[in-house]
Amino acid sequence: MGRFTRGFSGRGQKERDLRLPPGQYDTGDRWPVLTAEVTPRVDTATWSFTVDGLVAKPATWSWDEIHALPASTFAGDIHCVTTWSKLGVNFGGVSIDTLLGAAGVQPSATHVLARSSTGYTTNLPLADVTGDKAWVAWEYEGKPLPVEHGGPARLLVPHLYFWKSAKWVSGLQLLDHDEPGFWERNGYHDRGDPWLEQRYQGD
Amino acid sequence: MIDLVTDSGPRSSPWQNAKVVGIKEETARAKSFQLALPEPAPHLAGQHYVVRLTAPDGYTASRSYSIASAPGDPRELEITVERLEGGEVSTFLHDEVAVGDELDVRGPIGGWFVWEGDVPALLVGGGSGVVPLMAMLRYARLNGKVDLVRLVVSVRTPEDLYYAEEIAGPESALVYTRVTPAAFPRPPARLTPEDIPQPIAAGTRAYVCGSSGFADAASHMLVDLGVPAPQVRVERFGPSG
Repeated sequence: MGRFTRGFSGRGQKERDLRLPPGQYDTGDRWPVLTAEVTPRVDTATWSFTVDGLVAKPATWSWDEIHALPASTFAGDIHCVTTWSKLGVNFGGVSIDTLLGAAGVQPSATHVLARSSTGYTTNLPLADVTGDKAWVAWEYEGKPLPVEHGGPARLLVPHLYFWKSAKWVSGLQLLDHDEPGFWERNGYHDRGDPWLEQRYQGD
Repeated sequence: MIDLVTDSGPRSSPWQNAKVVGIKEETARAKSFQLALPEPAPHLAGQHYVVRLTAPDGYTASRSYSIASAPGDPRELEITVERLEGGEVSTFLHDEVAVGDELDVRGPIGGWFVWEGDVPALLVGGGSGVVPLMAMLRYARLNGKVDLVRLVVSVRTPEDLYYAEEIAGPESALVYTRVTPAAFPRPPARLTPEDIPQPIAAGTRAYVCGSSGFADAASHMLVDLGVPAPQVRVERFGPSG
């Protein structure tokens, strides 16, 4: 890079929170909403979540059935590609490991394509949703996840930029290849690691 | 369900050192910046650029700003920036940047909230959300496609209207929510279904841009008026600085 912007000092250089990846700022109490489609009305009475594709047997859970699985929580930070981060947040739901374990992942599976009831999709390496790193989350700070933030349930993959954490998630498809999702086909990075600033295709 | 469109956006775009060649005050809180790029890249109406500020110690801050200028317009690329109180980048751009300064930019970015002049477009913007829609309107006017475009812009007062001297026309309508100009026929009120130009032509794609609250209200209004949800593309402008 080697050049700086005339007159820009970075806000008097307060000590930077080490939880912030490069290029991110702390949004504090706010939680911006950034979705590209009409906010859907998802009814938990008809809600379901399905794991299919390269699995031993496709598995589907109703709202009550998924709540009967072992509960799992996440406490930590989330990072949006639009450069805000939200620090010290708490989500509750079920670990993706639990769901994949029930369906049985075939050895040839390398990636997943997550899908939402709106038709939104996002692609992830299988390794990024296993090992207690990813959840289907329906609680935020102990309360039901609000619809504008993906409620009743969203995917939660907090170590990647937050567009990977598909709102209104309805299923995961196991694949033996990477298949770009919605934003990934529209210029955004296939993996999206905030610590590597993988924001756009080519980063 | 949203359309699973094939990618119409760029695969990758490098950082460039743009020169600020013009600054125009749109409102008391919004300025447009004309940027000359070393390597101009064609853009689509609705896309955005990222602007990155770098401090001498290497600290950076980046934000995305919608392109206001039309694809194919031979003049310089234009972005419009709303000044958000406490916003690290927007306040710097407003208060410090002068003509002749250089800015690191990257773009154009985005392949979803874009209009290529191929289908009828119903554009609904709230406040600063008019910016990407203005690129679409300008593109339509520049290419003889105004018949395809209908624009509704909602602002609080006449002083909050961007591109005020340019936006009026048979294809555009204005809604004031708090204060109207003198003798304006419509009393001040929030956007209602009656403000949406009707009938809505078959095959119309809607583009809604504004705050999250505005975007939710307007997009649900369009669905209630019969626009299929997959045909409603939404961009939410948050206070992200």
